[in-house]
Amino acid sequence: MLTLYGIELASHLLLGTAQYPSPAILMEAIKASGTGVATVSLRRETAGGSSGDRFWSLIRSSGVRILPNTAGCHTVKEAVLTAQMARDLFATDWIKLEVIGNHDTLQPDVFALVEAARVLTDDGFKVFPYTTDDLVVAERLIGAGCEVLMPWCAPIGSAQGPLNLHALRSLRGHFPDIPMIVDAGLGRPSHAATVMELGFDAILLNTAVAKAGDPVAMAHAFAKATEAGHAAHRAGMLEPRDVAVPSTPVIGTAVFS
Amino acid sequence: MKLIVNGETRDVAAHFLDALLTELQFEGDWLATALNGELVRSTERPECLLKEGDRVEILTPRQGG
Repeated sequence: MLTLYGIELASHLLLGTAQYPSPAILMEAIKASGTGVATVSLRRETAGGSSGDRFWSLIRSSGVRILPNTAGCHTVKEAVLTAQMARDLFATDWIKLEVIGNHDTLQPDVFALVEAARVLTDDGFKVFPYTTDDLVVAERLIGAGCEVLMPWCAPIGSAQGPLNLHALRSLRGHFPDIPMIVDAGLGRPSHAATVMELGFDAILLNTAVAKAGDPVAMAHAFAKATEAGHAAHRAGMLEPRDVAVPSTPVIGTAVFS
Repeated sequence: MKLIVNGETRDVAAHFLDALLTELQFEGDWLATALNGELVRSTERPECLLKEGDRVEILTPRQGG
């Protein structure tokens, strides 16, 4: 069971809602993933338009919990205002906090992130900060009131999988009691299994599912890999060894010569 | 009165934010609003007085990662 800010969730997978071939495929992918949480954004509405209404009605009908994001924000002020608008519209105090610092890598501006996290937690928000795998930044975010962390494992949408296992292991080891969701950079189900085997609590996916040849089948594949990695971590895995060790008993081996 | 609505200059008759939404055909309960960089909650719109040159943002749910 995954617990985020006191809310228990059966699935260890969170799903983004962007870039799917159609709304119907998005809905099928949500179902196939088994997720209990979907991320959404806020964008300008056009006069007389109702696209926001159609999308909002669709997501609400899925029954999943909403995690609004502050995607596209580059300053503390933008991120805080977007979070406040999201709370007013979606009636949730959950916010996936993104403050982008670099256009090429979409790397978070961790200094602004910590500041925005402090402002928002003081205002009663339950902040899910999209951060790097930096240990000291994680410590500052926890100090700012974040009870969940969302480290990247590679740049958003890059599908490169975990690039720095040492950093991820270090994060996990230093903060064993903080729920940590690996967000961004996962490309394949094996990547999800790898980070879950390290002991991370969940993954957040979007592009790897939405842009797959068959998004619904890929959502299902990621769900199985995520749960497999989680179960393996709980089961206790064998450490690698440098020498071979026979698995068949040696005692009682026949001697033919 | 001229306002900047979602980045575009609009000449409007409305003096309050809720009336502006109606005038510009932004209708429904799926909107979030801000005035000059500050949140205006849905319940505050009827009393939110507008003035010349104000910047209004009207946002709506969209797909996101």
